[in-house]
Amino acid sequence: MTALSALFVRDLKLAVRVGGGAGIGVLFFLIVIVLTPFAIGPDLVLLARIGPAILWLGALLASLLTLERLLTADAEDGSLDLILMSGTPLELAVAAKAMAHWLTTGLPLAIATPLFALFMNLDPQASLAIALTLLVGTPALTFIGLLGAALSVTLRRGGLLLTVLVLPLTVPVLIFGVAASNAAMAGPMSFGTPFTILCAMTLVSFVVGTFAAAAALRHGIE
Amino acid sequence: MRLEASDLACIRGGREVFSRLGFAVAGGEALVVTGRNGAGKSSLLRMIAGLVQVAAGKLALTGGNYELPLAEQAHYLGHQDALKPSLSVQENLDFWVRYLGTSAGTPDALTTVGLHRVAGLPAGYLSAGQRRRLSIARLIAVKRPIWLLDEPTSALDSAAQQRLADLMRSHLAGGGMIVAAAHGAIGLETARELSLGAAA
Repeated sequence: MTALSALFVRDLKLAVRVGGGAGIGVLFFLIVIVLTPFAIGPDLVLLARIGPAILWLGALLASLLTLERLLTADAEDGSLDLILMSGTPLELAVAAKAMAHWLTTGLPLAIATPLFALFMNLDPQASLAIALTLLVGTPALTFIGLLGAALSVTLRRGGLLLTVLVLPLTVPVLIFGVAASNAAMAGPMSFGTPFTILCAMTLVSFVVGTFAAAAALRHGIE
Repeated sequence: MRLEASDLACIRGGREVFSRLGFAVAGGEALVVTGRNGAGKSSLLRMIAGLVQVAAGKLALTGGNYELPLAEQAHYLGHQDALKPSLSVQENLDFWVRYLGTSAGTPDALTTVGLHRVAGLPAGYLSAGQRRRLSIARLIAVKRPIWLLDEPTSALDSAAQQRLADLMRSHLAGGGMIVAAAHGAIGLETARELSLGAAA
């Protein structure tokens, strides 16, 4: 337990220190959201209608941007070797890393959403609903990305491969995240149905992402 | 305690690096692995550390702690330092002590390697030799019987090499074992040599 909390705290520290990149995701998210009204034009009704989709897309791209940091830094400086050698189960170690990663990159996206939603002409109630869907949806993105990060480390290829691997897997999360947000705004579906499925996908990703990533890293021991 | 290998083979990227390799190291002994570039010195160390699969042959530790696999009884000092530039020297060491630590070693490891004056400095500001010394501090801060050292003297000045030799001698005197890959002398007179180029 000491080992896992040590790893968790170290990753949090690394993320918030200079060059850690904790703020980069939110900044990128902000840029996507700010650019959209310029591209679409000042049609307030249209902006509000596509708002949830743009917010979700922005959050998805922002979390992809930071995913590469999740394991490559440790692989490059040799820390991953020592983590593999230690007696701590690899599944728990990568889960601790992913949790720390989500706290510093995924959670800020959800927190920033109510503010950024103003750019999309969304009312407070809708923006809070979208923030809620992002709060439960972004962990799924991180844990699906964990698998991609582990694979790209093992295959010794860079971040582009990771993007191509991860994006298709995030489609269901995107669909139900946007569906829940739309349901909260306009109906006719109840908010609960897609939201519950989104929660379920996050829970599944905890298990599948963690075990698959650990298996990929172990397989990487050639 | 005895680490024995027989008929060991290593295949990396589809190419056979070495085969039919055999050696034995007992507690208190040091083995220096030599050979030309690409002879498989690092691969052999990584194999003992469990980071490269044993393609053929046997590698076994007898007389150690039966409850732990070989990798958890070994320290691996590779080419990479496993240090984070934005964490301070003390934080880097503390992390590995907490992550690897099952049995405590020297409490003032930083003083032993001569880095206590820069304990608060981010590791990114350290020179190559200082980074190496910080990695070496890990070996004595957490006690493990087997040391796997890949080019341990690289980037170290002569005083630091001397200090490393002293640390290795006291580790051997305590019943530990060392397997080191090196091109030059590592400062251990008692070390036996395993030449990889000749064995292959």
